Amino acid sequence: MNKKKLLENVIHGVFLILGLITVGCVLLITVYLVISGIPAIREIGLFKFLFGKKWESSAAEPSFGILPFILTSIYGTAGAIVIGVPIGFFTAVYLAKMAPKRIKAVMEAAVSLLAGIPSVVYGLVGMLILVPGIRKLFKIPDGASLLAAIIVLAIMILPSIIKVSITALEAVPKEYEEASLSLGATPVETYFKVSVPAAKSGIATAVVLGVGRAIGEAMAVMMVSGNVPNMPSLFGSVRFLTTAVAGEMSYSSGLQQQALFSIALVLFLFIMLINATLNFFLKRDKEK
Amino acid sequence: MSNIMTAENLCLWYGNTQALKSVNIEIPEKSITALIGPSGCGKSTFLKTLNRMNDLIPGVKITGDVSYNGTNIFDPSVDVNELRRDVGMVFQKPNPFPMSIYDNIAYGPRTHGIKNKAKLDDIVEKALRDAAIWDEVKDRLKKNALGLSGGQQQRLCIARALAVKPKVLLMDEPTSALDPISTSRIEELALQLKDEYTIIIVTHNMQQSVRISDNTAFFLLGELVEWGNTERLFSQPNDKRTEDYITGRFG
Ligand SMILES: Nc1ncnc2c1ncn2[C@@H]1O[C@H](COP(=O)(O)OP(=O)(O)O)[C@@H](O)[C@H]1O
Ligand SMILES: [Mg+2]
Repeated sequence: MNKKKLLENVIHGVFLILGLITVGCVLLITVYLVISGIPAIREIGLFKFLFGKKWESSAAEPSFGILPFILTSIYGTAGAIVIGVPIGFFTAVYLAKMAPKRIKAVMEAAVSLLAGIPSVVYGLVGMLILVPGIRKLFKIPDGASLLAAIIVLAIMILPSIIKVSITALEAVPKEYEEASLSLGATPVETYFKVSVPAAKSGIATAVVLGVGRAIGEAMAVMMVSGNVPNMPSLFGSVRFLTTAVAGEMSYSSGLQQQALFSIALVLFLFIMLINATLNFFLKRDKEK
Repeated sequence: MSNIMTAENLCLWYGNTQALKSVNIEIPEKSITALIGPSGCGKSTFLKTLNRMNDLIPGVKITGDVSYNGTNIFDPSVDVNELRRDVGMVFQKPNPFPMSIYDNIAYGPRTHGIKNKAKLDDIVEKALRDAAIWDEVKDRLKKNALGLSGGQQQRLCIARALAVKPKVLLMDEPTSALDPISTSRIEELALQLKDEYTIIIVTHNMQQSVRISDNTAFFLLGELVEWGNTERLFSQPNDKRTEDYITGRFG
């Protein structure tokens, strides 16, 4: 009896330790980012750092303003959401409610595949097709631009938006839809007036997940956005928060390197904010 | 009294299993017809055929005729949404939408194009009054309907069905999930509603059928064994199987 209890306790402890590994990693990363991100901000000045429009990290008289990166990340993500959410949302409604079984199976497999493609491949295809396409279509000297990044991001966030929305839509009780149909509403009216409102928290979650994925993406956008620290414009080359860190890290030192950590800290705060939003939706869902 | 709905040689298959076997019945206008019979005998199936809710189930095949006001409801020219508007339905399990009480009732009229606020207010109040639930909810029309009790939810669903002004109301065991007090309220309500509406109600409770229905139809294994005046059917059944069922010898 005692032996058994001892074993129970040991197993309990082991599991606790395994669980603490995750928590430990999060804590470690957070603490490390804060500690290594703050010195540069102190030296440069918070206001100058966040709202400075010029990033010239290796100039003789360097200037570390990351407003171009912040705005690029925000515009890029917003653009991806504006394009990706409607496409993803209507696809999800179609697949969850209207599509014939076989079409649904094929399209869902395609969506899963899309989710599994590594981001470097998105970047590659974007570089070889999208960038020259934009250059020719809009007759600009270089197609590597915010627009190219937005399109790539929009495609990249589609799978999570579609999948999470489908799950939410399929969880809507059939009784609601039957009630609507029995009142003389058409199927399409029923989906949009009853099913979608009933699934709205899930769909909101899908959108927030998409935001998180878009803002954290580095590789693909680095390959198609030109990677120049301009203030963002749709057809101009731009640099994102993620790519700002990744691009210069390998050869940076001193204040420049510290500033890169500060950028990472800003990105981290953005993602924390998104997670908090996500938790808000999930919690509200549970309470219902 | 004229017949508002009739079924002729109605057969229905779910895939290869036949659930309705040549059903013939007439439903007189402004009366209550009760459908009784053991579980799985096809009562719900028959009911759902009358407003074509079976269309939603894949693999359903139907032969024979059902007519509503003289037109065959399976005719390609029939708009199924119009039909369902005229032939409303109340389900076994109360299924209010997860919206406010007001929006639940206004859902049907809005769907059919009524936007005027004052008009909607009138429709909502009348429907709730007709369903005998107005006094209980008039002070919380903006509250979520899921906060109501089961019996209230079911009367709300009746009100929701009434709000689109149907001619026929199909009710599939509307009291089976309710307590005795809620049940008797719904029975009283059905008796009031028959002045204006034709009601077809599935019940597995024979007393309920006796209490409220004018006509009763007895189903067994997909067959409509017999139907007719409720008093007559329970006192002098024509068929041996009906007699066995109502005297409790099986089912
Ligand atoms: N969607 C369905 N698919 C296949 N078979 C069904 C379906 N609905 C009902 N059935 C079958 O049809 C028969 C009649 O069912 P139902 O009409 O629900 O009976 P009742 O309402 O009298 O209990 C049963 O044998 C049942 O198993
Ligand atoms: Mg049934």
